[in-house]
Amino acid sequence: MYRYDEFDQDFVHARVAEFSDQVQRRLAGEITEDQFRPLRLMNGVYLQLHAYMLRIAVPYGTLNSRQLRMLAHIARKYDKGYGHFTTRQNIQFNWPALSDIPAILADLASVEMHAIQTSGNCIRNVTADHFAGAAADEVADPRPYAEILRQWSSVHPEFSYLPRKFKIAVTGAERDRAAIQTHDIGLHLKKNAAGELGFAVYVGGGQGRTPMVARKIRDFLPEAELLSYCTAILRVYNLYGRRDNKFKARIKILVHETGVEEITRQVEAEWQALKDAELKLPEADIQAINAYFAPPALVPRPEGDDVVKQARLDSKSFSEWLDQNVVTHRHPDYAAVTISLKGIGEVPGDATDSQMEAVADIAERYAFDELRVSHEQNLILPHVARADLKAVYDALVEIGLATANSNLISDIISCPGLDYCALATARSIPVAQEISRRFASLERQREIGELKLKISGCINACGHHHVGHIGILGVEKKGTELYQVTLGGSADENTSVGEIIGRGFSSEEITDAIEQIVDTYLGLRLNPDERFIDAYRRVGPAPFKEALYAGETKAA
Amino acid sequence: MKVLTANRLSDGIAVWYAAGGWAETVGHADIAYDKTAEDRLEAIGAAAAANNEVVDVNIIDVAIVDGLVEPVRLREKIRAAGPTIRTDLGKQASPQPARAA
Repeated sequence: MYRYDEFDQDFVHARVAEFSDQVQRRLAGEITEDQFRPLRLMNGVYLQLHAYMLRIAVPYGTLNSRQLRMLAHIARKYDKGYGHFTTRQNIQFNWPALSDIPAILADLASVEMHAIQTSGNCIRNVTADHFAGAAADEVADPRPYAEILRQWSSVHPEFSYLPRKFKIAVTGAERDRAAIQTHDIGLHLKKNAAGELGFAVYVGGGQGRTPMVARKIRDFLPEAELLSYCTAILRVYNLYGRRDNKFKARIKILVHETGVEEITRQVEAEWQALKDAELKLPEADIQAINAYFAPPALVPRPEGDDVVKQARLDSKSFSEWLDQNVVTHRHPDYAAVTISLKGIGEVPGDATDSQMEAVADIAERYAFDELRVSHEQNLILPHVARADLKAVYDALVEIGLATANSNLISDIISCPGLDYCALATARSIPVAQEISRRFASLERQREIGELKLKISGCINACGHHHVGHIGILGVEKKGTELYQVTLGGSADENTSVGEIIGRGFSSEEITDAIEQIVDTYLGLRLNPDERFIDAYRRVGPAPFKEALYAGETKAA
Repeated sequence: MKVLTANRLSDGIAVWYAAGGWAETVGHADIAYDKTAEDRLEAIGAAAAANNEVVDVNIIDVAIVDGLVEPVRLREKIRAAGPTIRTDLGKQASPQPARAA
């Protein structure tokens, strides 16, 4: 993985010193909250309902065990013994004292981490496929490009005060696991007919109160022009993006209001002045960054097949976990493992300090010291020898992280909601927990098959409800929580925004409603291979509306 | 019926104005029963923010339940108690204050 060079380390240390001084001056009353707020936000410090919240960047979701151990240490020493992994591949701590934040940031800097640009109207943490570098279906590892974008966008003077926040995601595979079409810029790394690497470029995706699927504005951008082209997009956005209305300030609104053809023309015109110039990436620089992401030495471990075969016979639960949470690696002797942070009835994305330490131990021992955070709020071991899968599974069982539910209905994305968040209008975690408990039976979940259920506690959509096969949005209506259901969303290479199915449900009704939707799907699917999303796209909302609301219409 | 609430500057912990200071629980917060009292609380909040004791100052609706002050809105109930999904955390994790006489 990427290692800080002298410049990076000096930069992060300088920022820690600068922000520590700002915190001290704030605590001493030398600067006001109005002066301090933008400074703390630039350093990832929010104020939530119960306390401050610190959001720490995990660049493109990649961590090593030393870093995860440091996060565990922070959870234990400065927080309340746990952290929350987010849909931005980051981690949040919910209880830090402002007075402790300088020490936390110094600890983070010691393991090459920080909280810079995890808030504010700047380019945020660049996200990537969590199986990058391991996936059997990728043309190249997207993370070197994410790292190039990180270096370019860190305190970029021109792009530090954009009309609104800006999110970039990169995938290196046709099958999009990074939800690139829901980002301000989505980059699909691919090869052209000549075998050269480049990007399909999407702009204007986003969720929030106005969900939009990104539009492709270029089918193939040579890799060397990554920064010149992104600069062109950001310049057009910075110039024309709406600063008059916070709710219309994202690039998705600009793309929508201007039209994709005109935006493309503007970007291309801007790019003409930038391409083949100083922003063109020298081949040597690309190679240098690529070298940091060189795959680990995956020695042949052909004994894996026999070990796995025997372990399957010995343990049904291992076999189920293998089927659900382990995916094919580009090396036949290896696999990529999803560590579910979605235990039945647990808080999606939460991990305790001791779980983090244990996972770090597993990664160090069995996974070449490499970990990922997925935007689906799970942890990933990208490179595990198949021969070691049983040992990894046994170690995960010991810490309660072996739930075999990856991509099933209980693998729920959920924002923190009104239990923590100052912006939330309803709770989302308790809804996730109740649905998870209702569908606790793994047999039943597997019968249902792949089903992406996503819950947000307000219209800002941090829980990605718009792109859930089933999405739930919590709102406040007449002083109580009400849950709206959307169906038909997805966040893959066929991204779509879900449609509101009808009137919302109370917190007492919502789990029954979800069960009714699932039962309706089971009753109408053509065969067990027809996933919920495929069935929904075939039949549309009518059968689901009928199942949920027919009684009401008749009664009326 | 309203009380004054904020988050403490140094650690962000939710606090309520009570008996001339900031209490970590809502139960015995000073209640404003009329506009004059509300204005007084607002002035106290503004002064405390200006004095860098607290941030995010708000006046919220409350009711009296079993002799203790309780916020009306769910958001404020959760602030006053802690996350509903982790009853081992937040105010609810500590012993409840004695009832008002």
